[in-house]
Amino acid sequence: MKDHFHTPLRQTPFHPRTSALNRLNQWGAWAGYTTALAFDDEAMEYTAIRNGASLYDLCPMVKYRITGPDAAAYLNRLTIRNAAKLSVGGVHYTVWCDDAGKVLDDGTLFRHGAEDFMLCCQERHLPWLLDSATGYEVQVREVTEEVAALSLQGPCSAAVLQAAGFDMCNLRPFRMAKLGFEGVEITISRTGFTGDLGYEIWATPAQALPLWDALMRAGAPWGIRPIGTSALNLARIEAGFIITNMDFIPADQAVREDRARSPFELSLDWMIDWEKGHFTGRRALLAEKARGSSWALVGLDIEGNVSAEGSLIYHNRKTEVGHVTAAAWSPATKRNIALAQVRRPHHTGDTLWVEVYALRELQYHKLMLRAHVTERPFFAPARRRATPPGAF
Amino acid sequence: MPSCDAIIIGGGTNGLACAARLAASGRRVTVLEAAPAMGGGASTVEFAPGYRVSGLAHLVLNLDPRVVQGMDLARHGLGYATTNLATTALSATGDHLRLDGPFGAHAPGLSEADRAAWAALRSRLLAFARVLAPFNAMAPPRIARRAGNDTLRLAKLGLGVRALGKEEFREFLRMILINVADVLEDDLTDDRLRGALAFDATLGAWLGPRSPNSLILLLNRLAGAQGALAVPQGGMGAVAGAMTRAATAAGVALRCGAKVARVLVTGDAASGVMLDTGEELHAPLVISAINPRVTFQRLVGPQHLDAGFFTRTGHIRSRGGAAKLHLALKGLPDFRGADPTTRLVIAPSVGVVENAFNAVKYAEVPDAPVMEVILPSAHGTGMAPDGCHSLSAIVQFAPHAPENPDAARAQMLEAALRQLEAHAPGLRGLILHAELLMPYDIAAKFGMEGGNWHHGELAVEQMLFLRPLPEAAQYATPLPGLWLAGAGSHPGGGISGAAGWNAADRIIKVLK
Amino acid sequence: MIYDAVIIGAGHNGLVTGAYLARAGMKVCIVEKNDWIGGAAVSRELYPGFTYSNCSYVSSLFRPEIMRDLELPKHGLQILPYEGGAVLTRDGGYLAMFRDHDANRREFARHSPRDAEAYDRYSRDILRHCRFIRPLLMRTPPDPSSFRPRDLSELAFLGRQMFDLSETRIYEMIRFWTMSISDYLDEYFENPVIKAYLAVSAIIGTALGPMSPGSAYVLLHHYMGDVDGNVGAWGFARGGMGSISRALGASFAAAGGEIRAGKGVERILVAGGQAKGVVLEGGDEVLGHRVISNMDVKRTFLKHVDEAQLPAGFVKKVRNFKTRGSSGKLNIALDAAPRFTALPDGAPMYRGDLHFTDSIERMERAYDDWKSGRFSRDPFQDVMIPTMIDPTMTPPGKHFMSCFVQYAPPRIAGAEWTDADRDAFGQTCINQIETYAPGFKDLILHMEVRTPRELEAEVGLTEGNIFQGELTFDQLLFNRPVPGYAQYRSPIKDLWMCGSSTHPGGGVMGAPGRNAAAEVLREARLGSDMSDAYAVL
Repeated sequence: MKDHFHTPLRQTPFHPRTSALNRLNQWGAWAGYTTALAFDDEAMEYTAIRNGASLYDLCPMVKYRITGPDAAAYLNRLTIRNAAKLSVGGVHYTVWCDDAGKVLDDGTLFRHGAEDFMLCCQERHLPWLLDSATGYEVQVREVTEEVAALSLQGPCSAAVLQAAGFDMCNLRPFRMAKLGFEGVEITISRTGFTGDLGYEIWATPAQALPLWDALMRAGAPWGIRPIGTSALNLARIEAGFIITNMDFIPADQAVREDRARSPFELSLDWMIDWEKGHFTGRRALLAEKARGSSWALVGLDIEGNVSAEGSLIYHNRKTEVGHVTAAAWSPATKRNIALAQVRRPHHTGDTLWVEVYALRELQYHKLMLRAHVTERPFFAPARRRATPPGAF
Repeated sequence: MPSCDAIIIGGGTNGLACAARLAASGRRVTVLEAAPAMGGGASTVEFAPGYRVSGLAHLVLNLDPRVVQGMDLARHGLGYATTNLATTALSATGDHLRLDGPFGAHAPGLSEADRAAWAALRSRLLAFARVLAPFNAMAPPRIARRAGNDTLRLAKLGLGVRALGKEEFREFLRMILINVADVLEDDLTDDRLRGALAFDATLGAWLGPRSPNSLILLLNRLAGAQGALAVPQGGMGAVAGAMTRAATAAGVALRCGAKVARVLVTGDAASGVMLDTGEELHAPLVISAINPRVTFQRLVGPQHLDAGFFTRTGHIRSRGGAAKLHLALKGLPDFRGADPTTRLVIAPSVGVVENAFNAVKYAEVPDAPVMEVILPSAHGTGMAPDGCHSLSAIVQFAPHAPENPDAARAQMLEAALRQLEAHAPGLRGLILHAELLMPYDIAAKFGMEGGNWHHGELAVEQMLFLRPLPEAAQYATPLPGLWLAGAGSHPGGGISGAAGWNAADRIIKVLK
Repeated sequence: MIYDAVIIGAGHNGLVTGAYLARAGMKVCIVEKNDWIGGAAVSRELYPGFTYSNCSYVSSLFRPEIMRDLELPKHGLQILPYEGGAVLTRDGGYLAMFRDHDANRREFARHSPRDAEAYDRYSRDILRHCRFIRPLLMRTPPDPSSFRPRDLSELAFLGRQMFDLSETRIYEMIRFWTMSISDYLDEYFENPVIKAYLAVSAIIGTALGPMSPGSAYVLLHHYMGDVDGNVGAWGFARGGMGSISRALGASFAAAGGEIRAGKGVERILVAGGQAKGVVLEGGDEVLGHRVISNMDVKRTFLKHVDEAQLPAGFVKKVRNFKTRGSSGKLNIALDAAPRFTALPDGAPMYRGDLHFTDSIERMERAYDDWKSGRFSRDPFQDVMIPTMIDPTMTPPGKHFMSCFVQYAPPRIAGAEWTDADRDAFGQTCINQIETYAPGFKDLILHMEVRTPRELEAEVGLTEGNIFQGELTFDQLLFNRPVPGYAQYRSPIKDLWMCGSSTHPGGGVMGAPGRNAAAEVLREARLGSDMSDAYAVL
C-alpha cells in the first residue's frame, strides 16, 4: 500500500488485454488510471461504434454504492431528478447540485433494489455524498475498484451479446438485467455514451479477462474491436452528451466564481422534479428560474468542415458571447458540429459566429464561421431505442 | 388550521422578548418552553434546602433597554439589589484591588501611573464599545450590493466610527482584532487589574486572553451598560418572572413543559410544530429561540435543507468553557477582608487566565481555574437561611467534552475549592453542600450545545453577519416561515433579549 | 559625496530597494554591519566544504516580477521546486505529500478516504484566498483615515477586490481571515495526521499556536507564493538561500550601486527634522538625500534614532509593535544521508519537508511552552535536506540539513538565553530526529544552533522574529508597522522603511523592498522599469 507512489497511474483489470492490443501505445490518464486513447486506428475504431461493435474499458468511472432504507429519500435530496420514480432494474441519467444550484456532476443512477443503488460518475464526491447522508439511514461506499465495467456499443452489439450467450433482445433502453457468467452474477444495462445501440456490462475484477475474451470471441463475426477514448469522444459529441470537466466545470472545483453552471445553464433543467420535495439547490434554482439564467449549453451546426475545437463565439462577429467546449466534423451526420456554452439571450438567435484557428502545416488560418444553434442529439438513429433491437 | 400567528420555540429571555414584541405588533403568539418554567438561562434555583442562587447567569450587564422599556419590566416586578456592582480583584495575600463604578471607573488602589494609564485605556475602550453598541440593536447588515441593508443607518454608524477622530479611528482599526493580553500589557502594569480585565474579556468565551480577536469580546461586554453590573432582587429568576408577566400581559400564550419534537413543513415552508407528545400546533410563523444547531439538525432535519447548509450547521462551534459552582455555606466566608457585596474575581494575572485556558484545549481540567464569585445572600434576604450564605461562581475554564465527565467534574470541583480556599481560608469548612455544573451539565439542563451559554461561541468568525451562519444571520432561515430569535443569532447571549427583540423587529419589517 | 539614497542593511529587501533605485538612476549606497550581504537570506560556509542556508531555507514568496525586473536569473538565481514531504508519525508510519495529484490522493486515502477528496476542495478554497490577496502584495496600503485622493482610490481598489466576490465568498473570506487553522481544518478533515501536516504553514515563524484565531491567515502567508506559477509550491534556491542575495547584490552592482559591508550603523543622522545620512560604528559618515532602513522598525527607531526627534505617540506604538521571536534553527553538516526508518529508501519525501509533529495538539502544546517562556519540550521541526536535490552545497554524498524549530521564546523565563539553554534546545531537537532516524546523531560533522538570541545578534532581527514583526491583523496591511506609517515613510522626512516590518510582511518575498522603492521613486518623480504585479487571471 505504502509504495503506491511508484505507480501513480494504476492499471484497470482489463489492462493485460488492452495493453496487448494497443499497437499505437497511446495512453492517457483518467481518474488515476491509465487507459487507451486509441488502439490502432481512431477512424476505424469510430467506424466500429457506428457499424459493428466496439468494446471500451469503463473501469475508471467513479462508482458509489448507496444502500439502506433511506437510499431513495437520500438520492431525492441529493439529485434533481426523482429517484423514487426509478423502478428496480432501471437506470436514469441525473445531476446533482450544490446549495447555489450549480452542478457538481452528472452521472447515471442504477437501481438494483428497493434500497440499493449505484451511482456512476466522472469525478469523486465522497465528502459531499457522506455529508449529504447525515440524518439518513443510508450507507455510501465507493466501489470503483470492485467493479470491472465494459461498454459494448454499436448496431451489432445485441447480436454480439446473444452470440456470447447473453440474450438481451427484450431489454429496453435504460433497463438492466442480471445474469450469470462463469457462476458469478453480472449486470448488463442498456446504456452507453455513443447515442447508438449499446450495452454496459458490470462485472467483478476477477471476471474481467474471461468477460473480455468471451465478448471479443463472440463479436469477431461483427468486426468487434476495442476502442480508445478518442473514438468514443467523437461518438459522444454526435450524441450530444456532455462530459464533466470538458463541457463544464463541476461547481466544487471551480476556483473562478463565474465558471459554475446550473442545470438551466447546461440545458438539463428538464430533469428537475419540482414536485418531489426539497433537494439541495432547489431554492436557488427556483430563484434562478424566476430571475433567468446567464448561460446556455447548445449544439451548434457550423458552416464549412473545419472543426471549431476551443473556439470563441461571437455575436454578430463582434461581441464575445461564449466558447466551444467540444467540436468535430461528424462522420455520421456529415455536419460540422459543436457543443458550446453561450451567454443568454444569444443562445436562441441566429447571430452566432465562431472564430476558428485552423492549424494547417504549422500555420494557423483564422476563420470566422457562421454557426446555427441546432437540436441535440446531432445523431439519433432509431436503432438506439428499438426493442428488440433487430439485426443491423 | 393555524393555532396562532406565530409559534416561538423556547421561553428564555430571547423567546419572551421576541414574543412580547410580536404581540405588541398585533400578532397572536404562543411560546413553547420545554422546561417546567419560563426563563431559560435566567432562573433562580434552590440547589440545597433554603439556599438559592441564580441557576446559570448571575449578573445583569447587557439587558437590552428596548426590552426593559418595551416590556415595562420594572412595572412587572424587576428590581435590583444593586445596579452598580463593584468588583474586587482578589489577591491571595489580601492585597486586593477594588474597582468601583461601571467598568472600574474608580480604582484608587492603583499606582498613580497605572491610574492614569487605566483612565486612558478605559475611556478608549468605552469609546470603541460605544460606536459598536448600535450594531447590537439591529439585524446584521449583509455584505453585498443591493442586499436591502438599511444604508442610511449603516452610514451613520460608519460615521460614528470615523468620528472617533483620526488617531482613535486608526487605533480602532488596529485593535479591533487584537488580543486583549497585548493591550493590557502594553498599557498597564498592575497584574490584578490586568488579570481581572483578561478574565472579563474571556468570560463565557472559548479562547484565552492571548488569542487574537479577544479584545472585541471585552468591547462587546461593554456595549450594554458601558460595563455596569447589576444584581437583580431575588436572583436572575426575577428577570424571568418579570418577562413572563409582561409577556402574559401582552397577550402571549405561554406553555411550559411543551417540548417541540420537530418543525412541520408544508410545501416548502414551515407551518407549525409537533410536540413530543404528538400534538401539532400550526402557525405561518415558526420562530426558534433555542439553539440554532438543534433547530436545524433535529427540529427541521436534512430533508428540508440544502446539504451544504446542513453540514455547516454542524460546524457552528459551541464549546462551553465555563462551569457554574454553587455552594451552601454555614457562615460568611472571609476573602481576606474583601467586601462580600462586591463581585470577587480570582484572576491574579493574564498568565493565570491563559494557563487556565490551556487545559481545556486538550479537554483537561486546569490546576488553577479563574473565577467570578458572587454571594447572593449578601445582596438580599431569602437567598440563604439566616446567618448562612449561598455562593455562586463562574469557574473557567472547564472542558466541555472530557473523556470521563464524572471524574472531570470532581477534579474541577476540587480545583475550584482549592482556589477558593486559597483566597478565603476556612471556606471549605463552611460548605454544607456543593454543586458544580460542568459545560456538559449546562448543556443537558439548559439545552445549550456544548454548554456554551451563547448557543454558539461568541467569536469574530461567528459574529454579526456570520452568526450563526450567513444564510440565517438576518434571523430569516433558508426554510421560508422559519426564523431564529435566540442567543445563537446576533448579537449573542447573556441576559439580554436583544436577539429576540431584533428578530421580532426584522419579522415585522419583512412581513409588513 | 552625498548619495541619493543610503540603505541600512543588505538583507534581501534592502537589496531589492537598492537595485530598483539604482536602476532608476539614483546613486545608492547600502551599508551592512556584517562582512557579508543577505541578512536572513544568506549562505555561509561554517564547516569546510559545506554551504549552509543559515536562516531562511526555502523560497516561494519571492515575487517573480522582481526576479524578472532585476534580471536575477542572469545573475545566477535558480529555484528548484521540491518534490514531496512527509510527517512521520509516532507509530512508525508516515503521511506523505506528493506532487502527483493521484499519488497524493491515494496517500491521503491511506489515512482517510474522505479526507483524500476533501483535500481537493480545501486546496481550491485556499487558492481562492490566494487569488484575493496576491494583488494586494505589491501595492502600498491605503491610510483608511485619510481623505487624500490616492488613499481613497486605493481604498476603493480594496473595496472593488472584495465586492468582485460573491456574497458567499466574502463571508468565507472573512471567516478564514479570523479563524484558527485548527478550527478551519476541522471543517474539512477528520484525520489528525492530515490536519497536523496541513497546519504547519499556519505556525511557521509565528508566535501563535494552531488553535489561535488568526493563524489561518498565517497559513495563507505561506501559500500565496509560487514556484514558476505553481501557487503554494516551495523550492530551494540552488546554492542555498544566499544565492538570492548574491543575485540581488550582483544586479544592484550592475546598476551602479555600492555596498559598504563590515560596519554597522551607529545612528541615523537627523537634522532639522530631516534624515541626512548615517554614522557608522567608528564614526564614518555616509551622507544621503534619503535614508532607507531595512532594519526592523524597532531597531530603526528605538536604537538608531534619537527619541527626541520622534513624536511621542509614534515611539510608544513602535515599542508596542510585537516582534516576539518564536523559532530557532539547527544547521547541520552530515557525513551521509540520514535514513528515516519509516521512509522507503530514495523516496521523494526526502526531497522535501519532513515533520515529526503528527497532531495539532502536540503543536499547540509546543506553543504553550513558548507562552510560558520555555522552548518546546516536544518541538515542531521543519526538516529539509536541500542537498538531496542541490548538488552544489556539499561534497558528493555529504549533506546539509536545515531544521527550523518551534517554539523558541525570545527569552527563557524572562531571562536572556544562556549557552547552556541553547545547547539543551539543540539536544532536544536532535534527540527528536534521532527517534525517527536512529544513527542520525553519529552522522553529524558540525552543528550550529540558533535561538532568537543568535538571530538577533547576527541578523539584527529584534527578539529573533523572522518576519520583523508578528503577522496578526493588528500588524498587517495599513496597521504595519504602525497605523499612519504604513506607506514606507516615517515621521522623519527622508527617512524611509523597506524591511519586512512593512507591508506585506516577512518571508523572502522582496515585496516590501519593491513597494518602498516605488514610493521613493514616486516622491522623487523618477520613472522606473518596475513591473506592476502580474494580473491574477
